[in-house]
Amino acid sequence: MNVKIDNVTKVFPSRDKKDKTGVVAVRDFTIDIPDGELVCLLGPSGCGKSTLLYMICGLESPTEGKIFFGDSDVTDLPSEKRGVGLVFQNYALYPHMTVRQNIRFPLENLKGADKLTKEQMEEKVVEAAKIVQIDGLLDRKPGQMSGGQQQRVAIARALVKMPKVLLMDEPLSNLDARLRLQTREEIRRIQRHTGITTIFVTHDQEEAMSISDRIVVMKDGVLHQIGKPQEVYDDPQNLFVACFLGTPAVNVFEGEVKRGGLYIGNQKVLDVEGVSDRPVYVGVRPEGFIADPNGNLTCDLNGIDVMGRDISVVCSHKSSENVIRAIISAESEVDRECKTVKFNLKPHKTYLFDKETEERIKFS
Amino acid sequence: MSSRKELSGVNSVKTQVRGWLYLLPALLFLGAFMVYPLIDVFVYSFEEGFNSASQTSFGTGFYNYMYVLRDPYFIKAVKNTFILVIITVPVSTGLSLLISLGLSSIQKFRNWFQTIFFLPYVTNTLAVGLVFMILFRKTPYTDGLVNLILGKFGVSPIDFIDGPYWAKMMVLSIYVIWIVMPFKILILTSAIASVPEVYYKSAKIDGASSWRVFWRITLPVISPMIFYLVITGFIGAFKAYSDAVAIFGVNLNAADMNTIVGYVYDMLYGDGGGYPSYASAAAIILFAIVLTITVINLIVSRKATDNT
Amino acid sequence: MKIKKPIIYFLLTIWAIIVLFPFYWMVLTSFKSYASYAGERIPRFIATNPTFENYSSAFMSVPLANYFSNTLIFTVVTTGLMVAIIIFAAYAFARINFKGRNLMFVAILALMMIPNELVVITNFVTITDLNLRNSFTGLILPSVTSVFYIYLLKENFEQVPDELYYAAKVDGTSDLKYLFKVMVPICRPTIITVIILKVIECWNSYVWPRLITDDPKYFLVSNGIQEIRENGFGRDNIPAMMAAVVAVSVPLIVLFLIFRKKIMAGVSREGIKG
Repeated sequence: MNVKIDNVTKVFPSRDKKDKTGVVAVRDFTIDIPDGELVCLLGPSGCGKSTLLYMICGLESPTEGKIFFGDSDVTDLPSEKRGVGLVFQNYALYPHMTVRQNIRFPLENLKGADKLTKEQMEEKVVEAAKIVQIDGLLDRKPGQMSGGQQQRVAIARALVKMPKVLLMDEPLSNLDARLRLQTREEIRRIQRHTGITTIFVTHDQEEAMSISDRIVVMKDGVLHQIGKPQEVYDDPQNLFVACFLGTPAVNVFEGEVKRGGLYIGNQKVLDVEGVSDRPVYVGVRPEGFIADPNGNLTCDLNGIDVMGRDISVVCSHKSSENVIRAIISAESEVDRECKTVKFNLKPHKTYLFDKETEERIKFS
Repeated sequence: MSSRKELSGVNSVKTQVRGWLYLLPALLFLGAFMVYPLIDVFVYSFEEGFNSASQTSFGTGFYNYMYVLRDPYFIKAVKNTFILVIITVPVSTGLSLLISLGLSSIQKFRNWFQTIFFLPYVTNTLAVGLVFMILFRKTPYTDGLVNLILGKFGVSPIDFIDGPYWAKMMVLSIYVIWIVMPFKILILTSAIASVPEVYYKSAKIDGASSWRVFWRITLPVISPMIFYLVITGFIGAFKAYSDAVAIFGVNLNAADMNTIVGYVYDMLYGDGGGYPSYASAAAIILFAIVLTITVINLIVSRKATDNT
Repeated sequence: MKIKKPIIYFLLTIWAIIVLFPFYWMVLTSFKSYASYAGERIPRFIATNPTFENYSSAFMSVPLANYFSNTLIFTVVTTGLMVAIIIFAAYAFARINFKGRNLMFVAILALMMIPNELVVITNFVTITDLNLRNSFTGLILPSVTSVFYIYLLKENFEQVPDELYYAAKVDGTSDLKYLFKVMVPICRPTIITVIILKVIECWNSYVWPRLITDDPKYFLVSNGIQEIRENGFGRDNIPAMMAAVVAVSVPLIVLFLIFRKKIMAGVSREGIKG
């Protein structure tokens, strides 16, 4: 089932009664999510991603715009008629019911022609439990299980009605680091196995990168970029996307383009063809630096962190507000005694952004 | 997204209707038996010579209040109530503080004691009052158990139930204290238990004596609860009634032991009853007294907490 | 407090005896025959010839059984109705987002401060005017709501995470089903506490029943005891009276011993409300 969000805007009434305009949570948002994909809505907290998710599942209704599942308009359809499954950050399992009862609960609401017999329900419950590999724990109560197991139960409960769309609201955030990795892979596996279109909300870019077929980056209710994880990483459309994706984060310098050359401070660091003269932000991925004693970007060396295969050079530059982190191969020669370090920049790891709009400026 | 997630909902009108529908039974009953009576009681209290049979009154004014305030039975009831309050509130609060401190300093049998001490809370006031009456009563056949015990100390028998005023007041006070203790012990014990253990530990390291620990740590921390108990104790004692009935019977005026609440009910119903206007005036006077005392209490407690 | 432990135990034991003694005395007296009780100028601390005769006369010669069944009906119906009403009200306040909710809630909280003595007068007149004196309806109606319990349950309902509600909505669960299949089971401990406290209150209620009933057919146990004291058993059959008192006290004490923890926790929570 492909999901289409068409010019959707959501405005919440303001707490302040005098303010009639309200708070815009999602603004004129349009995306098309292909059938069978796992898509991440990624953005910092408060960016409207959960609101968007709630609108897709029908718990909130859009102020403007339409939502389509396949060809049918579901904008005004109550959530139970949309055929969606929802998984929450805090699992939202019913604490007084066993795992079996929890998973069965959605099936008990089916009415009319869809009504199931006890045996059919049991069959579906076991099937769903098998998919998430908790079929041995059906008679436990949620309180007796680990966070990872509880989240699997929650997924099974969402899957049991064979939803057209599976929605997950930060499903990994309550888990500890080890379980998070495990459950992440588990979700990936389950999604592949069932082929259900899945929309996954997270603020963790690493999680988004590793799990999804497609990433939707948003901020302040506005779509910033949509694409495959690697594309978005390699080819960010604006400064926000560049900064939000990748750890360590992209290094940002203030620079200037003059006569086909990119200057940081008074050093010319790259040739940039086809860009008119203007002040710019320069984003350089940590892996975009090459240590070179004759390099044309000179930074003040703060220290070096050894990370085994790589080393991380921590330095600073007066054109950059933040500390600069360069990750270079451990074989590179860096003189630790020296007060400065010199780099060359890899052109495909260096991005230029307009100083005003913060939009990406392509160069060749 | 608003801070506390609230669904705007797809069917908003339905939500409105459902909300009020769920609330409806509670609102009906509260309206009929709390809000309306609250307004009505003031109306009654200002209607002169209201006759409940003919539903008529002469006019409005303070007549009912004047009548009640001049009624010797009412004055007696006020006097009784005040004496009862002045005796029972300090004694029960002090005693329950001592018992709670004792309870908090022991381990063994603590649960047993707590359970026993709570028993009066779950007893029928009327039923157990009868037992107290028998224990204190002097009849031609026997002096009663209490008198026999007092006799061992050379006190000559007293009729606590039909005898002198002070003796009757004493029995009533003892019974009221017996009844209100469980609640106070329970509240104070849990207040003492909630004093953070680290305070005691650090006091121990500083070498503070246990007396000092009590005055400087335990008491200040639990003082809000003590004030709370004093305030609710005042309110409760001012409303004493069934305790008195339990010991002296329904006709409290005859026993000279009536309370303000008793006066209200007597005015409303029973042999001297049928005067809802007088009853209302008396109830409002009672409410005014309780309110005044509570406000004074609050001011005093605020001052006291500010000073520590 | 470095007062020696034995002294503490001694003092606590004295208070325990003061508390327990009336119970002991009523049980003891209830087993003495009328003749032996009347013959004791100095009461004995044991019953030499224990007899059940007082219990049979408590149930035979006065309608104690009838008082019991009245109280039982009154307690069950009042508690049942109240629980239903407060569950719906608390749910509306905790979960349904309707206009005027907050205002209504504040108004209801304000009612908590109103003493019963103020409203009882009009209620008495209302019930009398409705010709409901000496009827269960008249007994029950004014006490089927409790502002405090609505408040208590609402607080508890609000602790149930919103996500459970959303999850149920997505699955197409109706509000009513959600309330009874999810909210109520999760909040069962609080509801049980409320029920027990209400049962105690009902069992001991005296003032309202006294005002509203003068036909012994509708007396509850408290009024029954009072009636027995004034007119029963020919003035001074103390052992029979004590048998009645024991019979009236036992159900609540048993209830207390079973639900000791819940009752004490509930009462101390009631204490915190101020």
